[in-house]
Amino acid sequence: MNDASGPMGPAIRRTVLRQSKRAHVGHIGSALSIADMVGAVFSAMNDSDPANPERDRFVLSKGHAALAMYAGLAEVGVLTADDLDTFCGDASLLGVHPEHVLAGVDFSTGSLGQGLSMAVGAALAAKMQGSARRVFAIVSDAECNEGAIWEAAAFAAQHRLHNLAVLVDNNHQQAFGYTKDILGSHDMAARWRAFGWDVIEADGHDEAALLATLLSAPGELPRVIVAETVFGKGVSYMEREIKWHYLPMSDSDFEQAMSEIGQPA
Amino acid sequence: MRTAFVHALVELAEHDERVVLMTGDLGFMALEPFRDRFPDRYFNMGVAEQNMVGVATGLADAGFIPFCYSIVPFAVLRPYEFIRNGPVLHGLPVRIVGMGGGFEYGTAGPTHYGIEDVGVMRLLQDMAVIAPADAEQATTAVSALSEWPGPAYLRLGKNDKLRVPGLDGRFELGRVQEVRSGSDVVLFTMGSVGAAVVEAAEELEREGISAAVVVVASVSPAPRADIIRLVSGCRHAVTIEAHVSNGGIGSLVGETIAESGAACRLLRMGVDRPYGERGGSEAFLHETHGISAPCIVDRVRRHLELKSAS
Repeated sequence: MNDASGPMGPAIRRTVLRQSKRAHVGHIGSALSIADMVGAVFSAMNDSDPANPERDRFVLSKGHAALAMYAGLAEVGVLTADDLDTFCGDASLLGVHPEHVLAGVDFSTGSLGQGLSMAVGAALAAKMQGSARRVFAIVSDAECNEGAIWEAAAFAAQHRLHNLAVLVDNNHQQAFGYTKDILGSHDMAARWRAFGWDVIEADGHDEAALLATLLSAPGELPRVIVAETVFGKGVSYMEREIKWHYLPMSDSDFEQAMSEIGQPA
Repeated sequence: MRTAFVHALVELAEHDERVVLMTGDLGFMALEPFRDRFPDRYFNMGVAEQNMVGVATGLADAGFIPFCYSIVPFAVLRPYEFIRNGPVLHGLPVRIVGMGGGFEYGTAGPTHYGIEDVGVMRLLQDMAVIAPADAEQATTAVSALSEWPGPAYLRLGKNDKLRVPGLDGRFELGRVQEVRSGSDVVLFTMGSVGAAVVEAAEELEREGISAAVVVVASVSPAPRADIIRLVSGCRHAVTIEAHVSNGGIGSLVGETIAESGAACRLLRMGVDRPYGERGGSEAFLHETHGISAPCIVDRVRRHLELKSAS
């Protein structure tokens, strides 16, 4: 476990807002949605040193929220403030979606539904190698539209990959609408349960509780935390608004957002 | 090639504990020797080829060398984007194994045709694309692949008895294998039509046309230097493949001739319009698409007559 003295979520949110504003890009709501989960994952990992082959792995399957991952990597010291300032710049390793060429990113993602299979492979590899390392993955509820998510889910349960923990960012919306209006408002927890997973339902913004769950001893099955979240969490005008999947902030948007998120104590 | 492949893989796995075999629920009466010898390194992934490639990517990242087995379209086309974003993007040694290249599963219908695979796999960065012409060559190719650090695609045929005279199991990455010499025309061939091409060359010889036969099994890395050398000494080249005419060795040889500036005319014999026609056996479909031995003889003869008359 990393030496985190408190929740990383607030600092991750501040970085997401600052860098989105500086780079004038969108996907802000998606990154804010997972800020607390990302904080919990980085705190739960046994080591964040990319040079350690026995470190736990973290796969951000919903790759469009990579900025939250970069912010987390900065919190644990893998990235510097200068690195963050290259976000979305020319010749940068920090793009909108995470690339494995960046230290701290094991798998490139961005095409939804693929990261989970790679995470399952990483977990299977650890099991075959007799390693205690764990694999954490964050998928979005909309990403569960992809059939490949369920191929991966079935395999992980069949092979009892208890070293795999998946967090579903259950924010009920997707790029161009609300999940209930597009492919139905299925009970997300019930779906994973039907696939044979150890399912825990949680508040996706309670970082301390998420961390405790991630650190609790796994059973025999792969574990999924269906984390109830609010898209755009922490910025009132972004919360539950489809357009904040896309829009960059104006100067006044940014000022309001930073004031709502608050400064470090 | 199927039995030969599995035996070669068992041999490889005996000496390399990184080798893992995954199948998309296919390989009955073929993969059992590996499964029984290495149960801990064998996974039936179910009918879920996208996940198979994704999991293989995760395994390869941790140091394994996974072989992902299915029939050509399900091994290549279904998970194509997983292949691109997985082993290709990450530069990992995942091996995609497609069984039944061309029309080997002809009676199974168009969903089982394996005729676009080489073209789409050739597009991918650092992807070795290997299409052996017979079982002995497949055995050598599996062994040679262990030196290839990136991803690879093996396009195999079911028939283990087929043998290309003069090939003698030779294979080398980035090289062609000349199995017959000739001075009037060079016949380039890929995959299990190779034996028919040699048969056609023998018939052409009886008719007074001297045809060289060259097996292109290492499609990528491309044997460009060999192709340039061969076409530089000959006015006519023909490519023969059970693959759509665009993207396979017809394209490879055509691109190579054009870029080299060699004064060589090219006839590409492949599949032009595969769908919407009546199906049948591999032999029937080779006849239909003009790549059976008699068709090759006829088309090569007419091509040379036409060119010498013009």
